[in-house]
Amino acid sequence: MDIVYLLVPLSLVLAFLIGAVFWWALRGGQFDDLEGPAQRILMDEDGAADK
Amino acid sequence: MATISEAKGLGAQCYHCGLPVPRGLQLAVAIDGAARVMCCAGCQAVAQTIADNGLTSYYRHRSALPLRDDIVPQTLRDLAAYDIPEVEGAAARDLGDQAREASLMLEGITCAACVWLIEQRIAGLPGVSEIEINYATHRALVRWDARITRLGAVLEAVAALGYRAYPYDRQRAEQGRRGERDRALWRLFVAGFGMMQVMMYLVPVYVTNGEMTPDVEQLMRIASLILTLPVVLYAAAPFFSGAWRDLRAGRAGMDVPVALGIGAAFAASVVATLTGSGDVYFDSVTMFVFLLLAARFFEMTARMKAATTQEELARQVPAVASRLVDWPLSEQTEMVAAGGLRSGDHVKVRPGAAVPADGVVVTGESELDERLLTGESRPRPKRGGDELIGGSFNLGSPLVMRITRVGADTVVAGILRLLDRAAAERPRIARSADRVARYFVLALCAIAAVVAVAWFQIDPARALWVTVAVLVVSCPCALSLATPAALAAATSALHAHGVLVTRGDAIENLARATHFVFDKTGTLTTGDMRLVGVIPLAPGRNQRTRDECLALAAALETGFTHPIARALAAAAPVFAQHGCAECKSVPGAGVEATLNGMRMRLGSPQFVAELGAYELPPDLAFVADDVTVVALGNEDGWIALFTFVDPLRAQARAVVGALAAMGRQVHMLSGDRPAIVAHVARELGIATYLGGAAPDEKLAYVQRLQEDGAVVAMIGDGVNDAAGLAAAHVSIAMGGGAAIACGNSDVVLLSGRLDAVLAAVRVSDATFRVVRQNLTWAFAYNLAAVPLAACGYVSPLLAGVGMASSSILVVANALRLLRHAPRPAAARLPLLAPAS
Repeated sequence: MDIVYLLVPLSLVLAFLIGAVFWWALRGGQFDDLEGPAQRILMDEDGAADK
Repeated sequence: MATISEAKGLGAQCYHCGLPVPRGLQLAVAIDGAARVMCCAGCQAVAQTIADNGLTSYYRHRSALPLRDDIVPQTLRDLAAYDIPEVEGAAARDLGDQAREASLMLEGITCAACVWLIEQRIAGLPGVSEIEINYATHRALVRWDARITRLGAVLEAVAALGYRAYPYDRQRAEQGRRGERDRALWRLFVAGFGMMQVMMYLVPVYVTNGEMTPDVEQLMRIASLILTLPVVLYAAAPFFSGAWRDLRAGRAGMDVPVALGIGAAFAASVVATLTGSGDVYFDSVTMFVFLLLAARFFEMTARMKAATTQEELARQVPAVASRLVDWPLSEQTEMVAAGGLRSGDHVKVRPGAAVPADGVVVTGESELDERLLTGESRPRPKRGGDELIGGSFNLGSPLVMRITRVGADTVVAGILRLLDRAAAERPRIARSADRVARYFVLALCAIAAVVAVAWFQIDPARALWVTVAVLVVSCPCALSLATPAALAAATSALHAHGVLVTRGDAIENLARATHFVFDKTGTLTTGDMRLVGVIPLAPGRNQRTRDECLALAAALETGFTHPIARALAAAAPVFAQHGCAECKSVPGAGVEATLNGMRMRLGSPQFVAELGAYELPPDLAFVADDVTVVALGNEDGWIALFTFVDPLRAQARAVVGALAAMGRQVHMLSGDRPAIVAHVARELGIATYLGGAAPDEKLAYVQRLQEDGAVVAMIGDGVNDAAGLAAAHVSIAMGGGAAIACGNSDVVLLSGRLDAVLAAVRVSDATFRVVRQNLTWAFAYNLAAVPLAACGYVSPLLAGVGMASSSILVVANALRLLRHAPRPAAARLPLLAPAS
């Protein structure tokens, strides 16, 4: 059962890490537009780049 | 992937926009090595821009055709205005070191390919460091170097692609609100995430039911404690600060029991954890915070939804205007900031553009869409001399207008001010709910204390948790939310009907009103008097012609704007202008002035007769009953009689009938001749009326009704019956600019349509019903929950669920009121009109 002493604190660290990542994503505007990026992947930028 | 125009057929359609190509037109652009036909020069220009910039991949990936915009060259000229430093300064933020940033609103985006197209083009401009487009909101954020390029250049480049971009100038308000929403969302996330994780640690403790070794159990508790810390310290912070604010102000608000509950449960759990004895309730604490935050979040969303009307309204007014520099000598225009317009400026309003400020039409004839301002969905025809409201849309042909009011004096600014006032006022019913909630909180704290003492005698181990459950389950949040949420939704729904509520109490009073007192002139009738007869009276050689009589009368009425004055001014010949001195008006009677050295009076025959103490003319007997008679005379005797009719409003009969059907009593007051008033009352089916009433008699009439216990709603034009309107419980003013400018009526019917009264009454009734339902629910819930919790049947967890779901229920019920708004009219701009 000693492993619990490692795993429980580890899960705590992970929980705070997840929170931090979500906070960073929210601040970075990752959730502002949920539709556009999905379509953007289709677009080819090569033609415009050499302009 | 096949492009859309290929799929549609054999090249009969424009490759760019999909509209049919006119026969014999030879416009083409080489795209990806093939010549593509275009339907007009505008499309050709746009497609050429796209091809020249190597962006033809747009055509391969688009999933919807672009909106047609036939005024691209025009738009280009408008956009140059953003090169004026003061206009650009208003739209952009300075980031220092010559870097600027602006949020833009994009119009015409139909699919994700549009976003890509604009981003590629703008990012390729020299000087633009960054562009970010949000497909969901159609907003763009642009950053550029002010030394290399200007905002105008960016907007021009967007316009050259066939889209429209304009600075989003309410960005600061928007940012503040988004910040509030983001913080609330983040708090909700912290509470929800903490709640789930705490549950993960505590479930094994529950499941093993004491078989867990004490050291592992202690580990789980400490882990839960660490996870609960951010929930209590960060997510629940608004409750603690709210409670602290309330206590410092010597009040007991609804945050007090919530904060007490959270604080007590958390503190006791921490003590239990540290001493290693007793129960911990970290799961209950986190869940309670989460549910409460969820209820608050819903309430906030509802409030923001109601606020969008206001924002839409403010956005109506354009940022730039094309001022006619030398009108009427030349048609030359210059672009100026709309805020820089002065009263008296002449401005050109193009089709598809918005009117920059209030004013009057000088030349031109067109139709204007005033939907957002007045709720009137049909375009209104306007011609020379008609008033224009800033923010309305010109749908027809170009107009030249003279600005009469700018800035804070405009109708839009007035509406926004009144809406703000209504929102800032706590209506009586909300105040009394607050007062009740305050006593309720005090009583609650007392009950909680009694419960704590009692349970300490019965079962000390459970005392704390029962007390916490009592505090939490009976928090009067629903009681405090019940009314404001409903009123906010109702104000928004009413505004969509063209009914502006300017007082917090108005909706409540309108729902309670038993007597509706209408003014006749301008309210039940159109108020546009029509001159139907002129009877010259002076005997012998003093007899004047019809035109002379009219010219005299019009001169006396110069400077007055009431309906008779307008009808006389319209009918009087232009050539005869007299100057009059010592004008004074006697309300309800007429005007007196000195004209060519002679004292003259114009008004009711009695009033004129008093001037020379002579008898009423015999002709008066032959005048029909249902016309308004105005007499003109001087010290020597009568000069003429004028007769006017005032046609009924089309909706008057239906409105009177519907109000009666709703069980409301309808009365009519008028300063007009009793015979005319009786005639109108018969036509409309109004049983109780009073004719020939002077303003103080109208006031007395309203007060008499009130003494008999009636709740009086008075409907007038807002100018002539000021006293009666002020005395009534709720005053409703018909129509536009003047009523808004005085701002002393509780409700303004912006559309100038009488049937808006019905919409107002219906929505008010529905609102009151919802408020009553909400209050009943909140009270019933608390009455049932407190005894149960006091007896120990409710765990803190269940208490949190019950309280939060009660709040959510109340807010959701209030939101039903938004459905009373009429459906918005279809397209506002004829964007798809085919090219010439």
